Amino acid sequence: MSQTASPEQIIARPLPDTVPEQGGHRRRRAGSWWIYVLLTLGLIIMVGPFIWMVLDSFKGQAELAQLPPTWFPVAPTLDNYSKLFTQLNFPQYFMNSVILAVSITILNLLFCSMLGYALAKLKFKGRNALFLLVLATLMVPSTVTLVPLFVLMSKLQLVNTLTAVILPESAGALGVFLMRQFMRDIPDELLDAARVDGASEFYIYWRLVLPLSGPALATLTILTFLASWNDFIWPLIVLTNDQSYNLPVALATFAIGQHGTDYGLLLAGAVVVVTPIVIVFLLLQRYFTQGIAMTGLKG
Amino acid sequence: MSSITNTITPATEAARKAPPPSDVRRHNLAGWLFATPWVVIFVVFMAFPIIASLILSFTDFGIANLQDPFNLHFIGLQNYGRLAHDQLFLTAALNTIIVVVIGVPLNVGLALLIAIGVNRGVRYVRAIFRVGYYLPVVTSIVAIAVVWRFLLDPDAGLVDNLLRLVGLHGPNWLGDPSLALPSVIFVVIWRNVGYAMVILLAGLQGVDPTLYEAAHIDGAGAFARFRYVTIPMMRPVLLFVTVITSIGFLQVFQEPYVMTQGGPLNRTLTISQYLIQQGFDFFNQGYASAMAYVLFLAIVILTLVQFRLLRPQT
Repeated sequence: MSQTASPEQIIARPLPDTVPEQGGHRRRRAGSWWIYVLLTLGLIIMVGPFIWMVLDSFKGQAELAQLPPTWFPVAPTLDNYSKLFTQLNFPQYFMNSVILAVSITILNLLFCSMLGYALAKLKFKGRNALFLLVLATLMVPSTVTLVPLFVLMSKLQLVNTLTAVILPESAGALGVFLMRQFMRDIPDELLDAARVDGASEFYIYWRLVLPLSGPALATLTILTFLASWNDFIWPLIVLTNDQSYNLPVALATFAIGQHGTDYGLLLAGAVVVVTPIVIVFLLLQRYFTQGIAMTGLKG
Repeated sequence: MSSITNTITPATEAARKAPPPSDVRRHNLAGWLFATPWVVIFVVFMAFPIIASLILSFTDFGIANLQDPFNLHFIGLQNYGRLAHDQLFLTAALNTIIVVVIGVPLNVGLALLIAIGVNRGVRYVRAIFRVGYYLPVVTSIVAIAVVWRFLLDPDAGLVDNLLRLVGLHGPNWLGDPSLALPSVIFVVIWRNVGYAMVILLAGLQGVDPTLYEAAHIDGAGAFARFRYVTIPMMRPVLLFVTVITSIGFLQVFQEPYVMTQGGPLNRTLTISQYLIQQGFDFFNQGYASAMAYVLFLAIVILTLVQFRLLRPQT
C-alpha cells in the first residue's frame, strides 16, 4: 500500500476496528495529552507577560537591574505609580481617555442604532446604496484619511482638543452593520401594530426597537469602548500638546522619549492602560464572542 | 374609529403588500431623518478626507498649506514617481511585505492549530484557553509593545535572563539588525493570534460532526480528517480571517513605533511609520497622501487576490 492516501483510498479502506463511538472518542482524548501540554505552554507565553508586567511594576530601579532577577518583588514599592500620578500628569491622561471612550461610545450607540434602525426597518429611497457604502467603509485603511483630517481640524481650530478625536470616531461603520443585522430580526408585526396605533417612528425606535436590542447594544458598547480606549494613531497626530494626550499616546511618548529606559515607570504606565480593559473583558467576555457571531433574536 | 378594534394581522398584511402613498412618504422622510446624524459625520470626516487625500496626492501640499490650503500646485504623478526612487520608502515597503508574507501565514496557521487543539478540550478548559489567548487582543498595543520591549531587553529583560539561567548568551533581540524584524513579527503575532483563533474556533464548532465521524469510520487518520474535512469546510472562515489579518498586518505601526522606532538601520520601518514621518514630522503631506493611496491600493489588490485564490470552490 502506498504511503499517501487519496480520499478514494480512504473511503475504500475497511473499518479499522469495531469499537463503539463513545469508546473511540475517549481513547482519542486520552492519547492527546501532549496537545494540552502545548496549549498550556502557549497560554503561559500569552498570559505570562501580563503577570510579569504587574510584578515588575512594583519593583524599584535597583531590584529591576538585579542579576539574577527576582520573581516576586522582594521590596515591593509604589514609587513607580506615585511618580506617574504625582509628577507625570497621569490623572489628566486617564481623564482624557475616559472622556474620549465614554463620548465616542455614547455617540456610536446613538448614531449607529438610528441608522441601523432605518436600514433594517424603513423602506426609504437610497437604502441599499447607503448600506453598501457602510460596508465599503470597513475596508479603507485609517492612514488614508489622516492628512486631510488634520488639515480640516487645524482649519476648525480643533487641534489638541478631545473634540478632534471624538467627532471623526463618533459614527463607525461596524456599529451600523451590527445594529442593522440585529434589528432585522425584530418582527415587523410588532412595529406595524404600533404604527396602526398611531405611534411615531421615533417612538417606535426609542420605546420599542431599542429596548429589544439589548444584546446588540451591549456588544457595540464593549467593542467601541475597547477600540477608543486603545486608540492611538489619530490621537498621536492630533493631540500634540502634553495636556491633551490620552493614555496610549502618553505612554508611547514616554517610552520613546526621556523615560525610555525607566522600565519600572513604563511598566506601571502599561498596567494603568491595560487594567481597566482587562477587567471589562473578564467580566463581560461572553459579549466579546457574541460580537463575533451575532445572529438571531434571542428572548 | 372602529379599525382600532380590528385584529392587527389583516391590517399589517395589507400594508405590506401595497403600502399606501402616505406610508412611502413616511418611510422616506423618517429613513433619511434617522440616517442624517451618521451620514453627516461620515461625509465630513470620512468621505471628504478619502477624496481629498486622493487629490492631495497629485499636489505639492506642504507645511505652508496648513494656513492656506488652496494655494497648492498640481504636479501630476510626481509624488508617485518619487516613491519609486525613494530608498527609504522601498525599504519600508520591503519590510511591510516581509511582515505580511511571513506573518500572515504564521498567524493564521498557528491560530488554526490552537483552535483545533482548544476545540478538542472539555467545556471549561476550552473557556480558559479562549480567554487566555484572546487577552492580548483586547489590550493596548502601545502597552504590550512597552512590555515586550522590556522582556526583550538584552540587560534587564526576562527572555535573556532565562537564557542566562541555562548558560546561554541571549542576543539583543531588538537591537540586532537581523533579529529586529523577526522579533517585531513575533510580537505582532502574539498580539493578533487570539483574534483569528476565536473566529476559527467558532467556525470549527459549525462543522457538522457527522462528517468527522464518517471520515473516522472510513479509516481517515487525524491528518486526513484535517486535510479532507476541516480545510474544505473551513474555507470561507479561513478566507475571512486571512483577509482581515492581511489588512491589519499591511498597516503595522504601533509595535515598531514603540519597540524600535523603525531601527536598527531602518530594518523595522514600515509603510505606515514612514507615511506618518513624511506627513507629520516633515509635513510633506502631498507625498504622504500618495503613500497612503499606494497602501490603500495594496490592500484592495491583496484582498481581491485572496478572494480569487481562497474562495469556496464549486
